[in-house]
Amino acid sequence: MYIYDDYDQKIVDQRVVQFRDQTRRFLAGDLTEDEFRPLRLQNGLYIQRHAPMLRVAIPYGHLRSDQLRVLAGIARKYDRDYAHFTTRQNIQYNWPRLEDVPDILAELATVQMHAVQTSGNCVRNTTSDQFAGVAHDELIDPRPWCELIRQWSTFHPEFAHLPRKFKIAVSGSVEDRAATWVHDIGVHVVSNEAGETGFKVIVGGGLGRTPMVGAVIRDFLPKEHLLSYFDAILRVYNRYGRRDNKYKARIKILVKAMTPAAFAAKVEAEWAHLRDGPMTLTQAEIERVAAHFTAPSYQVLAGDDAGFLRLQADNPAFARWVKRNVFKHKRPGYAAVTLSLKPTGVPPGDASSAQLDSVADLADRYSFGEVRVSHEQNLILADVRQSDLAAVWEEARALGFATPNIGLLTDIICCPGGDFCSLANAKSIPIAEAIQRRFDDLDYLFDLGEIDINISGCMNACGHHHVGHIGILGVDKSGSEWYQVSLGGRQGHGASLGKVIGPSFAQDDMADVIGQIIEVFAANREGDERFLDVVDRLGIDPFKARIYQKERAHG
Amino acid sequence: MGKSPHLIRLDRASGRREIVANHWLRVAEASDDAVPPHTLLPLSEWLARRDELLERTDVGVWFKPDDEPESLGDDARRLSVIAVDFPAFTDGRGFSIGRLLRERYGYAGELRAVGDVFKDTMLYLRRCGFDAFEVRIDKDVEDAAKGLDDFDEFYQNGVDQPLPLFRRRSA
Ligand code: HEM
Ligand code: SF4
Repeated sequence: MYIYDDYDQKIVDQRVVQFRDQTRRFLAGDLTEDEFRPLRLQNGLYIQRHAPMLRVAIPYGHLRSDQLRVLAGIARKYDRDYAHFTTRQNIQYNWPRLEDVPDILAELATVQMHAVQTSGNCVRNTTSDQFAGVAHDELIDPRPWCELIRQWSTFHPEFAHLPRKFKIAVSGSVEDRAATWVHDIGVHVVSNEAGETGFKVIVGGGLGRTPMVGAVIRDFLPKEHLLSYFDAILRVYNRYGRRDNKYKARIKILVKAMTPAAFAAKVEAEWAHLRDGPMTLTQAEIERVAAHFTAPSYQVLAGDDAGFLRLQADNPAFARWVKRNVFKHKRPGYAAVTLSLKPTGVPPGDASSAQLDSVADLADRYSFGEVRVSHEQNLILADVRQSDLAAVWEEARALGFATPNIGLLTDIICCPGGDFCSLANAKSIPIAEAIQRRFDDLDYLFDLGEIDINISGCMNACGHHHVGHIGILGVDKSGSEWYQVSLGGRQGHGASLGKVIGPSFAQDDMADVIGQIIEVFAANREGDERFLDVVDRLGIDPFKARIYQKERAHG
Repeated sequence: MGKSPHLIRLDRASGRREIVANHWLRVAEASDDAVPPHTLLPLSEWLARRDELLERTDVGVWFKPDDEPESLGDDARRLSVIAVDFPAFTDGRGFSIGRLLRERYGYAGELRAVGDVFKDTMLYLRRCGFDAFEVRIDKDVEDAAKGLDDFDEFYQNGVDQPLPLFRRRSA
């Protein structure tokens, strides 16, 4: 993990002082609501349905156990004993008091954490693969690059007030687990034929009102140029992005209007002035940062652990958990474990302070004191010895984190929706729960295989509904809550947006509708075919026919 | 538009700042007559009368957020005052204008931020090359100047600190 030096610490400490002063001036009436809003948003502070909401940055989803304990302490002291992990790999508190936020920031700063740029029209927290550094299919570790981007973007003076928020995701593995194709900038760390490290750069993806998959504007950018090239992209966007209409202000609209080729040419022209300038990364800096992400002190293990293999053979429940929640590690004898934050009946991504403390303990005992957050809103212990998996499983079960549903239909991505969010058209959490309750048979869930359900309470798409295999979107029809369903979306390589199947449904019908979709899938599936493949093969018509026929039958 | 009493001027070398009277008049459009001394013209007007005004050191230019520094180009070197308007502090285009004037077109005179300028925008402005700040008339100017000191260290390069932290860190 990256460890702050005196410079990093001072920047975060001075931020606390600055925000304390801003909050004081707002409360004293020296800053108006309009002035304070952008300032507080750049510190992750929203004013929400019930209370302020504070979003704390977890850079590229990496946490240490001491940080997790402080997060738990904050939930206990300043909130209602729980917190919410988000699809941006961050954590949110739903009930802090505005007056307390400076103190919360001060506590965060003691463990090298902050809320800088977790909202607002600036460069947001950079996200990455939750298995970065340990994935068996990793080509190049993306984390040093994420950290370099974090530093570059922190209080970047030129890009402090962009036309709109700006999100960057980085991936370095064969499979893209960071949704790079639907970010403002997606980066793939790659190496060229000569073995040099560089980046493939994608721009103009994004969800929200006008969802789009990004376009590659550069196949190979040599590594030392990452930040100067970003400066060029952001400068073009800052100057030419639309500011007259907030729904057309994202970089995706600019890229589309200009065409990706013309946008790329504009960036190259700008970059011609910036390349080889002072922001050109030095080998010393790349090495300094990369040194924070070297492998922990792994034991040298020959191969798979015999006890682990035996238990898998003997205990079906354990085997099921391993199949879903354990991910193949690049080191022999190790594994990455996903702790599911999706048991039925708990809002997806929520964890209590006691649970956070327990995860910190698990991390200390089994995973070098580190934890990660996935954009699917789960937690990961990345470096567990296979010989410890049985113990981890037992403890995770006791904590309620061992639901063996990762990647399955009940591992739902879900925004806070109408229960918390003032922008919502509809609730999300009760829909997730109704679906989870409908599919409570683990064997059946297992048989269905991989299905992503993503739920957003409005067009803003915080729950990534466009890229869910099944997407659910809350819509408002004359003041009541309805839900639109789409099929066939996906993140990763070949990312695409789901197709809307037709008119929307009432809340009470949603579990049935999902049930019907699954019936059509099951009836048409060939062998072990995946849900997505069936949707691709059949198109959406058979699903439509079944659902709306039934609806009509009900009058 | 017109004069503002609240001009903070920053000496970029020493970091000293003082609150000074403003001698320049920013006009929305000029008449066809001769341009009086200490006038800040909109960029478009200046460009239209460039040949007539190029030798004048007592005429300056002001930019709107969508004005292009490219159209002034190296002529920037001849001017002694340029202002950039921030109609709303959340419109960050002026930051890019500042950097381009300083870093690409070699502008060395006074670079003034005008409009929605107050304590919380000062430091970003300074980092993008501004050295004069016309603080909003309803804001405490002494307090605003303190905004220049919110941070001592910056990760990226800027006009005020041309070396990013990573080039100084290792030193
Ligand atoms: C509760 C307070 C929240 C508010 C007010 C809020 C607001 C918004 C808005 C306005 C957008 C639209 C952006 C656009 O169209 O440009 C958006 C998108 C998004 N938000 Fe939220 N959000 C909230 C919570 C969350 C949470 C809890 C998550 C994670 C679980 C999240 C993750 C996202 C993501 C991933 C997007 C889509 C990004 C994209 O367009 O590419 N937000 N949010
Ligand atoms: S999708 Fe809409 S309802 Fe859900 S969190 Fe985002 S803004 Fe709120």
